[in-house]
Amino acid sequence: MQGRQNILGQDFAKMLRGGVIMDVVSAEQACIAQAAGACAVMALERIPADIRVQGGVARMSDPQLIREIQEAVSIPVMAKVRIGHTAEARILEALEIDFIDESEVLTPADPFAHIDKTQFQVPFVCGATNLGEGLRRVEEGASMIRTKGEAGTGNVIEAVRHMKSIRSEIASLRTMGEEELVAFASRERVSLGLVRSVRDEGRLPVVTFVAGGVATPADAALLMQLGAEGVFVGSGIFKSGNPRKMAESIVQATIHFSDPKKLLEVSTGLGSAMPGEEIGAVSVRMQDRGW
Amino acid sequence: MTVGVLALQGNFADHCRVLRNIGCTCEEVRSLRELALVDRLIIPGGESTVIGRLLFESGLSQEIISRHREGSLPVFGTCAGAIVLATEVMGAPAPSLRLMDMSIERNAYGRQLQSFQTNLAICGHATPIPVSFIRAPKIVRTGPSVDVLATHGGHPVLVRQGDVLAATFHPEVHEEAVLHRLFMEM
Repeated sequence: MQGRQNILGQDFAKMLRGGVIMDVVSAEQACIAQAAGACAVMALERIPADIRVQGGVARMSDPQLIREIQEAVSIPVMAKVRIGHTAEARILEALEIDFIDESEVLTPADPFAHIDKTQFQVPFVCGATNLGEGLRRVEEGASMIRTKGEAGTGNVIEAVRHMKSIRSEIASLRTMGEEELVAFASRERVSLGLVRSVRDEGRLPVVTFVAGGVATPADAALLMQLGAEGVFVGSGIFKSGNPRKMAESIVQATIHFSDPKKLLEVSTGLGSAMPGEEIGAVSVRMQDRGW
Repeated sequence: MTVGVLALQGNFADHCRVLRNIGCTCEEVRSLRELALVDRLIIPGGESTVIGRLLFESGLSQEIISRHREGSLPVFGTCAGAIVLATEVMGAPAPSLRLMDMSIERNAYGRQLQSFQTNLAICGHATPIPVSFIRAPKIVRTGPSVDVLATHGGHPVLVRQGDVLAATFHPEVHEEAVLHRLFMEM
């Protein structure tokens, strides 16, 4: 498996550790994110909260918008493609995007397969709701994993669910005998070698961030305390009352996640967070896209 | 002897792992209180704009500079860590500690597609070591008191000035400890 993996992409993901990756829809927002301390930006036409409201098929953004954002900032720029949409991914690779997010936030393109990411030089990040899903993406060549959460809801419960699921499944691998490991690998359709390496290391083999529903500095801190290595924030920043301040505070909370006094300081006087939704009230569960 | 690894953002985890592998005591540093407890400091790779900004906001920068002047804090920076050590960062002005007399250009090789791995010959070390250049900067000028310990493509990539060491690449992702040993002996 190792030879087919994007090692440089995995190394690059390590440089993002401890950082916040922010969704932006314009060069202006990208500059605000960079100034606030984002370690990368995700360039897209509509943030997840707006995709939910407006409906319709959500696709890769216009490369012109992505290029404007690439030119506006010096930090890495990521962009999203639909699940299984190899052609969109080739376009972003030609654009020299730094990271591709094969994302459930967009409408899936292929009902049978995710992108074979081992065929690309540019690295991919993919969403996961549990350990098996994360490992399938890693075997397809993903260089980084993020939880799916439930994007655009401003509700952190699903990201917590996914982070805790991955963590507890890794812990349970450590108690399994050889026979149970074989059964797990077979049930999850991943190689036994990969499962063994996760058991031995006690973690996914690639950097693992959280995403989906992060709306406040406290949300970011909560997920870091659960073992996330960094945070994606989608709608939570530019749907808040004071995006600049919210962005800076989430960056601080991600670093100082175990320092309650610092968290108090950065959580105070932020203005309104994005409006949130109960998970039961959403008509499209994006986390159910992909498998 | 405790080695601090600046843990504001970036790949501090791998530096800690390498240090522990060679038997060093290491601590993550996010605050002045934690900085006061360490005898050496590694500034890891990550995003230099983020690390630079947070160094200055937190007040860590002033303390690092003053301990450097006293001669009580050897510092080793990799990639983004090298950028924040430079006296001059080309292009956009970036906050820097200015501990190493050199000019450095950010993202000088291009975007992630231009990142690469190579085996690098290090001055005073018999065999080349595996390293990764990830969206790496380029050192475009070094001052007279800076020693160049390795070059790649005609540019210095590992430099030392007194008790400050800077590499534009990542040895830590390969669990490569040669430079960490060198740093511990400085």
